[in-house]
Amino acid sequence: MPLDPNLDPASHKFNVVGTRPVRPDGIDKVTGRAKFGADAVAPGMLHGAILRSPHAHARIKSIDVSKAAKLPGVKAIVTRDDFKEREPSLRDILWNVMARDKVFYDGHAVAAVAATSASIARKALKLIKVDYQVLPHVTDVDEAMKPGAPLLHDDMITAGVDPAPKKSSNVAYRHEFGRGDVEQGFKQADVIVERRFKTEATHQGYIEPHACLANVGPDGQGELWVCTQGHYMIRNTCAALLGMNVAKLRVTPSEIGGGFGGKTTVFIEPVALALSRKANRPVKLVMSREEVFRATGPTAASSMDIKIGVRKDGRITAAQADIRFTGGPFVGSLVDMGAMSAFAAYDLENSKAVGHDVVSNRPKLAAYRAPSAPMVAFGVESVLDELARKIGMDPIDFRLKNAAKEGTQSSYGPKYNRIGLIECLEAAKRHPNYTAPLGPNQGRGMAAGFWFNFGGQTAVSLNVHIDGTVALTVGTVDIGGSRASMCQIAAEELGVSYEVVRTVTADTSSLGYNDITEGSRTTFSTGMATIEAARDCIGKLCGRAAKIWGIPPEAVVWEKGYAKPAGANAGNFEPLSLADIAKQAATTGGPIAGHSEINAEGAGVSFAVHLCDAEVDKETGRALVKRYTVIQDAGKAIHPSYVEGQYQGGAAQGIGWAINEGYIYGKDGRLQNPGFLDYRVPVCSDLPMIDTVIVEVPNPGHPYGVRGVGETSIVPPLAAVANAISAAAGVRLTEIPMSPPVVLKAIESNGRAK
Amino acid sequence: MSQVRVSTTVNGDAVEYLCDADETLLDVLRDRLGLTGAKEGCGTGDCGACSVTVDGRLVCSCLVLGAEAEGRKIGTVEGIAQGDKLHPLQKKFLEHAALQCGICTPGFLVAAKALLDHNPNPTETEIRFGLAGNLCRCTGYDKIVRAVQAAAAEMRKG
Repeated sequence: MPLDPNLDPASHKFNVVGTRPVRPDGIDKVTGRAKFGADAVAPGMLHGAILRSPHAHARIKSIDVSKAAKLPGVKAIVTRDDFKEREPSLRDILWNVMARDKVFYDGHAVAAVAATSASIARKALKLIKVDYQVLPHVTDVDEAMKPGAPLLHDDMITAGVDPAPKKSSNVAYRHEFGRGDVEQGFKQADVIVERRFKTEATHQGYIEPHACLANVGPDGQGELWVCTQGHYMIRNTCAALLGMNVAKLRVTPSEIGGGFGGKTTVFIEPVALALSRKANRPVKLVMSREEVFRATGPTAASSMDIKIGVRKDGRITAAQADIRFTGGPFVGSLVDMGAMSAFAAYDLENSKAVGHDVVSNRPKLAAYRAPSAPMVAFGVESVLDELARKIGMDPIDFRLKNAAKEGTQSSYGPKYNRIGLIECLEAAKRHPNYTAPLGPNQGRGMAAGFWFNFGGQTAVSLNVHIDGTVALTVGTVDIGGSRASMCQIAAEELGVSYEVVRTVTADTSSLGYNDITEGSRTTFSTGMATIEAARDCIGKLCGRAAKIWGIPPEAVVWEKGYAKPAGANAGNFEPLSLADIAKQAATTGGPIAGHSEINAEGAGVSFAVHLCDAEVDKETGRALVKRYTVIQDAGKAIHPSYVEGQYQGGAAQGIGWAINEGYIYGKDGRLQNPGFLDYRVPVCSDLPMIDTVIVEVPNPGHPYGVRGVGETSIVPPLAAVANAISAAAGVRLTEIPMSPPVVLKAIESNGRAK
Repeated sequence: MSQVRVSTTVNGDAVEYLCDADETLLDVLRDRLGLTGAKEGCGTGDCGACSVTVDGRLVCSCLVLGAEAEGRKIGTVEGIAQGDKLHPLQKKFLEHAALQCGICTPGFLVAAKALLDHNPNPTETEIRFGLAGNLCRCTGYDKIVRAVQAAAAEMRKG
């Protein structure tokens, strides 16, 4: 749906959109009543537990469950033998859910038990005997690419290379994007900077561990309660993995305690269903925090070489990235998205981004908020910072000189429609944070960020009730306040107040298919479907008014919540409110509802600019963020408080990624820090207030101009923090996390170099 | 293993239960008493999602045994509102959009109430350190700190 032609979001007076009402799920969430994944129980419920590999890489010679099966209270045990390979396209997911011939990482699931209590289930795990043949392992991306590295798959031939390599390797795929001729471009440059960067894997760190409650009966019908970002995805994937009928598996999403991309795939859900089917009882399966770190989907770890050339006047002549990602034992490190996003913020004639997708003995990655873009932006925006210094140009002016704008052919392909990078850069330059004086040992950094944003399949249903209230039924999980935004949009369209509408998230049997809440798509796509459903409903309301008045439907218009005659010729009737019409539904044709089933297109790309002031203790290497500002284009903010919340949350996660967080593997390939004590996410005392500026450059692909806002906010922080720390420390930081030892090492080696 | 019989008070109500000797107070609250407001985010005392008070002292209920509640007064998120009257902290969390997913919210409310009970006029730094035992992954803490400041101001007005 395009931007409404008569709606200029800058000047249009919305009634409900743009206000900050209390969310409809608010009371439940401040009183402890909201039901999350682990909060459900069922009569006769069993407790599940999963046995996990202690090895980073090993062949499973045998699994003996006989002793565990004899333990009183054990009702079902499943292993690889209980998961048939049915669907080739889901092979990697199946192998990740339950190991087959080999375990590929520390924490890989090997068997699962359902028992009458959690403690019996845990005891039973200890009685399962797995005979492993331990194999050499590799967890570092650069090591995994070397000839002679331990191979995860004997038959892996790098795809995307012509001619195809003859020897197998750990490189699953090679991607290349770009345009022009970078060699020619570098010849035109006055200054070239080339650097290598490295980032460790991080975890989304949602506070709610994965949890589900499965109930499958002997008639093949199943129910699943689960915390997920996409219950339709869960249904379809589980049904395919277990050979169930899609229509017979009903999945109900719980309230979700954070996801950030990490709850966009299956881990324990097929296991719980398989246990339930085998035991013929409901089975609850809840992960521990240690399991979450070891065996869900963190980000890729990365290594990359970034080379950019500029003329003295500030124009970039060529940009090149060689990016290597490892995201676990299977193809799909999402390095392609990293390569596509690398130079997407800039208007470049010559660019080339190559991505290598490398397998290693780490857990299979899942998405994490703008997956891949933060790491690559760290490299690219660090090099740009260095170039600006070298040519003596203000870093914002430097980016303005090269910024992508409407009509720019992006480095990954499409030509941009109306976008807001320049507006964000200008707002950053005006912001007091950019010119405030700095204290001793402090430095300032800035960085820009890009994210694609997505649309996708969406269905909503809008029902008018007898008292004139409205039920909006959506199929996208609410992960940060989207039910409030949907109430606002429906109220705006119908011309009623926010309180009249209640939005609920349907189970998979109550509404048509909806894609996952991911890709910053929910407010955009579900919002678009809500507008369409409301307009569909308004058409029907006008039809009912026409029937009551005995005039043609075309002679009725809808204004501010009332059906009115279109003009003097239509007749002289008192306007009918939504409630008036609703009351007479039974006698004018039955229930009144609006619907929308769409595949939303036109999600406008989005940009952000972040400013960071950091302070570095040069004796310990400890870096602290002292001030932080997020400037981002929202297109049109529906609920500004939750837009700000997305900006602040993404920034905080990015600051943690930059300074504290990272997977630490021992020489044995086991994860050393699978807990919040040693994998330290930012706490309240680590951060300052996070200032926000909502820029609104309308997206031409949405009736109100909305752009997704959820992900872009995590793209610039790694670079913005690195640029600030580099300025404060007087040395360029190229490794993340910039923990005290890393910063100290950089300061000391710089001292020696001088 | 025989179970332990415990008499205690939860949110002002007298409660009796049997629990295993190695069972945490968190599991007792959630699985035996149906009070699922306290959440298990880590089970190791690092995230604060299971925060409750024992005799007014803020604790992680995942680090307390159910048997240790004998004769104590336990306070959970379910006891913060008085009937249909929300506590100022609950109101301000809603008005300030201080929650996104809401999983950490019960722990933050219990911890913030414990903080304000002891220090009705905390500085921003005192709030930040007072809540440093509670992890929030959604908000970046900005709106949580502002909500606590606003609630403290309202409570001081009485």
